[in-house]
Amino acid sequence: MSNLKEELKTKIIEQLNLEDITVGDIADDDSLFGDGLGLDSIDALELIVMLDKDYGIKLSDPKEGRKIFESIETMANYIASHRTK
Amino acid sequence: MNRVYLSHNSIVSALGFNSPEVVRKIAQEISGISLQNDKELFPEPFYASVVSSEKLEEEFLKLNPKKAYTRLEKMMLLALQPVIETSNVQMDEKVGLIISTTKGNIDVLENKSPFSKERAYLSALGKEIQDFFGFKTEPILLSNACVSGVLAIAVAKRLIQQGIFSDVFIVAGDIVTQFTLSGFSSFQAMSSQPCKPYSKDRDGITLGELSASVLITSNKENLCKEAICVLGDASCNDANHISGPSRTGEGLYRSVSGALQEACLSTRDIDFISAHGTATLFNDEMEAVAFNRLSMQDTPLHSLKGYLGHTLGASGLVETIIGMHSLAQNMLYTSLGLGSMGVSLPLNVITKPEYKNIKTFLKTASGFGGCNTAVIFQKAISC
Amino acid sequence: MKTNFHIESYCSIKENKVILNGDLIVKIDVKTYSEFIKHAYKAIDIKYPKFFKMDNLSKLAFVAAEVLLGKEPTNENKNIAIVFSNKASSLDTDRMHQETINSPEYYYPSPAIFVYTLPNICMGEISIKHKLLTENSFFIFNHFNAYYLHAYTNSLLQNKKTEKVLCGWINYDGEDYEAFVYLVSQKGYWQHTTEEITRLYTI
Repeated sequence: MSNLKEELKTKIIEQLNLEDITVGDIADDDSLFGDGLGLDSIDALELIVMLDKDYGIKLSDPKEGRKIFESIETMANYIASHRTK
Repeated sequence: MNRVYLSHNSIVSALGFNSPEVVRKIAQEISGISLQNDKELFPEPFYASVVSSEKLEEEFLKLNPKKAYTRLEKMMLLALQPVIETSNVQMDEKVGLIISTTKGNIDVLENKSPFSKERAYLSALGKEIQDFFGFKTEPILLSNACVSGVLAIAVAKRLIQQGIFSDVFIVAGDIVTQFTLSGFSSFQAMSSQPCKPYSKDRDGITLGELSASVLITSNKENLCKEAICVLGDASCNDANHISGPSRTGEGLYRSVSGALQEACLSTRDIDFISAHGTATLFNDEMEAVAFNRLSMQDTPLHSLKGYLGHTLGASGLVETIIGMHSLAQNMLYTSLGLGSMGVSLPLNVITKPEYKNIKTFLKTASGFGGCNTAVIFQKAISC
Repeated sequence: MKTNFHIESYCSIKENKVILNGDLIVKIDVKTYSEFIKHAYKAIDIKYPKFFKMDNLSKLAFVAAEVLLGKEPTNENKNIAIVFSNKASSLDTDRMHQETINSPEYYYPSPAIFVYTLPNICMGEISIKHKLLTENSFFIFNHFNAYYLHAYTNSLLQNKKTEKVLCGWINYDGEDYEAFVYLVSQKGYWQHTTEEITRLYTI
């Protein structure tokens, strides 16, 4: 599980082009949107693509994403129990 | 300042290959949207308003083409041809060509395209259109997201008033491609049903393809019977987000206010609004907020996306052309697809065709990049 | 039509250099555009994390605008319209998007790429940064066209649609990049004429 969390942090930093942020800067329970990492609606859509591409999880309702993408913790839990690859 | 008119016009679309036919179908509430099952375009079945390829080939051969043209070029040439012919304007250095499109010949980037990838440059598209009709001036391509079609009218008006041109032919067009279908679907913005602007059960846009053309002129002679004049226009960026509409509708609010101010009109003078109404949750809600801030919630309003889909760079122009005919027929057209109202503030959405004495309308559009444009038009005989 | 508008300042960006009003302000010897534009961003001393999410065209436009508008006070009543043009539209990013969908077996269109497949997005980015609730237009020409830009900008200023216009050419195509952007208003050192625009563009 902790590997998955590290992996997610690395991916988020790379794919969402977060400059000057390192894996160590993101705590597992930091909120990804709003005041936390400051991700926005396009990032949320990009995370939906990432779930599909890297973990074989298809989200049809973008509203579902809101809960899943709360933090690295919630994302990792969701992926661990739903991944198909 | 000289008055500027919109006159001869034409539409090439799923609902027909000329304006009167398209308008007649809209008056009968007939939609051009249908279920498409073309895996080359999109992995799953999708709704769209598409031009019949067979009919397009058949009609295009009548223009006696001497070389190969792309799908979009064929549609644009077919739309322009009757407009140039009926307007009888001689091509000289005072005649301009404005081409409004978001993606142009983007389909030539597909691996299977027989055309050179160079054709994806919008100036290459411009050159084909220019050469076909022998325009003497360099074409102006306008690519400003979904406001392009309306903004093109404002650009033509301004360049005519600056004395650069006496007449401008605008042609607008975009086609349904892998490119746009995949992109809007990655944005979770595609509707699973024919789009339903302002409706509670709306769930996104339906894409469409068409081309439309109109003559913009300062010359009051030889206007067509449905001609209109431009009374005022304004554009304003939301300065808020590159893809999400402003929650306060600020840019649209300011655009409409600016257009009214230039037209020296108040909101009471507007007989109907031809709104953008893409049927995404946020766009339609944003419009409701802006029109309520303007106290225009009682002005009859429609979105025409339910007939022709969202035709991107062509939408603003085709919707203006339909507005011209609406004034000429003294008829308000239905906003197709409304179930129960689904925006948080009241709007007077037109639910059935209605004869009414009308002379002035407002056209609005909003798009990615935060852009908004509003233009006010009036029957040429009244201005 | 006789007008009396002026060019306040101009900025050109190409060949690893940023030039403001004829003075070299950034120069670096690097191989790629991405290295260069990151260096330019750092050199003009701005903090704007969203910069790194932008596509190549928007980054170019953003830096050029920052050089010219960076010192303008930020407030919502700033009335500066944007009129940009180029040859390649958003083709660089269009090609990237097409690559994500070329193969049916690996079909993952990216919203963060797709949103930049319109040339006017770069004007949206500048509008957000500088709070410009103003007119935007993006034109495509085969070459830099001072004649049309001049006429259109004059029309906006004469009709009081705006107080100033941020105007110019922003082209990105492969590793090829070129920006020439100038600010037009009532006052300024250079006359706003087609000849002068062309002269400043070609020097």
